[in-house]
Amino acid sequence: MTELQAGRTDSLGVSGVELKSQRGQYLDVLVALAAFVVLAILPVFFGSKALLDFVIRCSAFGLFATSLNLLVGYTGLISFGHGMFFGLGAYGFGLLMQRTGVSIPVAFASTLLITAVVAAVIGAICVRLKEIYFAFVTLAFQMLIHSTILSWTSLTGGDQGLRGGIPRPVFMGLDLSNHLHLYLTSCALLVLGLLLMRQITQSPFGYTLRMIRDNANRASFIGIDVWRAKLMIFVLAALFASTGGMVMALFVSGAYPEFAYWTISGEGIFINMLGGITTFLGPMVGTVLLLTLNDTVTRLTEYYGIVLGIVILFFAIGLRKGLMDFAFDWYAQRRDQVRERAR
Amino acid sequence: MDLDALTGCLASTACLVTQTTSGLIIGMLLFLVAVGLTLIFGVLKVVNFSHGAFYMFGAYFAMTAYQMSGSFALAMLCGAAGTAILGLVFERVFMSRVYGANVLMQLLVCYAFVLIFDDVVRMVWGPEFRSMGMPAAFQVMPLFIAGGVIPPYYLLLIGVALSMALILGLGLARTRIGKIIRAAAHNPGMVSALGINTGLIYGGVFALGGMLAGLAGALAAPVRSLTPGMGFSVLIESFIVTVIGGMGSILGALIGALLIGLIRSFGSLGFPLFTEGLMYLFMVIVLVARPSGLFGKEIA
Repeated sequence: MTELQAGRTDSLGVSGVELKSQRGQYLDVLVALAAFVVLAILPVFFGSKALLDFVIRCSAFGLFATSLNLLVGYTGLISFGHGMFFGLGAYGFGLLMQRTGVSIPVAFASTLLITAVVAAVIGAICVRLKEIYFAFVTLAFQMLIHSTILSWTSLTGGDQGLRGGIPRPVFMGLDLSNHLHLYLTSCALLVLGLLLMRQITQSPFGYTLRMIRDNANRASFIGIDVWRAKLMIFVLAALFASTGGMVMALFVSGAYPEFAYWTISGEGIFINMLGGITTFLGPMVGTVLLLTLNDTVTRLTEYYGIVLGIVILFFAIGLRKGLMDFAFDWYAQRRDQVRERAR
Repeated sequence: MDLDALTGCLASTACLVTQTTSGLIIGMLLFLVAVGLTLIFGVLKVVNFSHGAFYMFGAYFAMTAYQMSGSFALAMLCGAAGTAILGLVFERVFMSRVYGANVLMQLLVCYAFVLIFDDVVRMVWGPEFRSMGMPAAFQVMPLFIAGGVIPPYYLLLIGVALSMALILGLGLARTRIGKIIRAAAHNPGMVSALGINTGLIYGGVFALGGMLAGLAGALAAPVRSLTPGMGFSVLIESFIVTVIGGMGSILGALIGALLIGLIRSFGSLGFPLFTEGLMYLFMVIVLVARPSGLFGKEIA
């Protein structure tokens, strides 16, 4: 799909590319605004708390999964430890709010800063490694952070997690202890995060990443510093994952070691596969799918694993690709058939 | 952190012997699981994420066989043979369908079976902790060596694991089947062009890997408690072992498993809360220094 697009923009010429990319940018902003408006008026029609909770959880996991796709789908870096930044966001934000009593935006920005520093250090070590070794070393770092959280009881509360709730001082009329305010904030963060990530994937840097994924050697031959580009996207993806973690920390009003456990990373990969990794919104679709599946299956049966396992098998062996990938290919095939017939 | 306990232990031979034996036990069980993992990766180029489930099934099969027959030997046999058959079926029916596909798809199939197998065990044997109990033959006085306590069962466990390592190493290096397996790992297309059924080899290697994990589970059943999901921590640890030792290397798996076993047993004295962290730290250090592991081939 990406190659096709690239081919098409080539034939348009330079000015065409700029025009098209600019038009695409406006379109993205419009779609993002429309999505936010729809989400914002949702509580007016459906007042149920369960639905709003569901959307908040979708925001947290959606940000996390989409940021993981920046690595997996766009750069070809299969990270098995992306969940560490989710956990880092949750713990960093929770601790800053509990211990220092700063205002929410300050805690938010500081957590992002901490995440960026940690991700830069870990990334500098990891991105040199290839494929399966990259996956394992990220997994090792994830578990290292998890063990640290468990053993540093005086700071993190050990296996009990951060308890006692996260204080939420009102900031410029925004009161995050109000459920509706929290809902709107998470929606805003989700939409803004997705928009920013979309900008990254559509920028020249985003196309550099695709080139590295397809052929890292060729990319380095034409003068791209592959290590730097990989490190950059590793840090950027960590920031969005951390934001997802902060939304989660606000939602559950605490942070638990499970947030930094490797299963979170596993779930992220799973969400990506479920939704599909070749479209930008695939991970978001996967998030909604998995959370819906989670909620319905756990209500219906105690043998949650069997049902989920069979669904996964259906995707992996039956479709052999994610839902959005499948739908996209199916649509492309249909379109080609129609064109054939028209000829 | 409790460094006094660690230095105190290092100064006394009794403690040294006890801790080293317990480290060896952990290491030997890990070796049996990890060597299957490393074999499957070496030949099939698949990271078998569901390998822990075979360990779990081995333990449950052994427990059931022991409770029904009362024979320890039969229990071990059932644990190993049952998981071998399971491995063969699993590979032929499911894994063989995703060989050409994305690595992520393979992981996903395995992940699905981790979930399914855990629930199957929960259905059949119940969610609570079970234990097999130590067979009467081994309920004798422990040995005392230099003041350290060593239960006789531990010696059997170490002996079985070491002989498995020897059989595997020699079998792969010296026998005809070993040669075919190594050839299939190197160039499956050529092997099948020479008239050898590679599907059978793949199934056989997977069954062998499953059997080794099942044997580890069966051997562990008398000394550890059984629970659905017990394969998981073992899986993660054996991943660390294979990565440290080098994916695809049997000697690497042995050395890696022993190192991890010793780190665990001595680390639990000095850093009771950070024992797991020590393992991951060690893995990070090894991978940064030698990305392909201690005994792995250099990646091109």
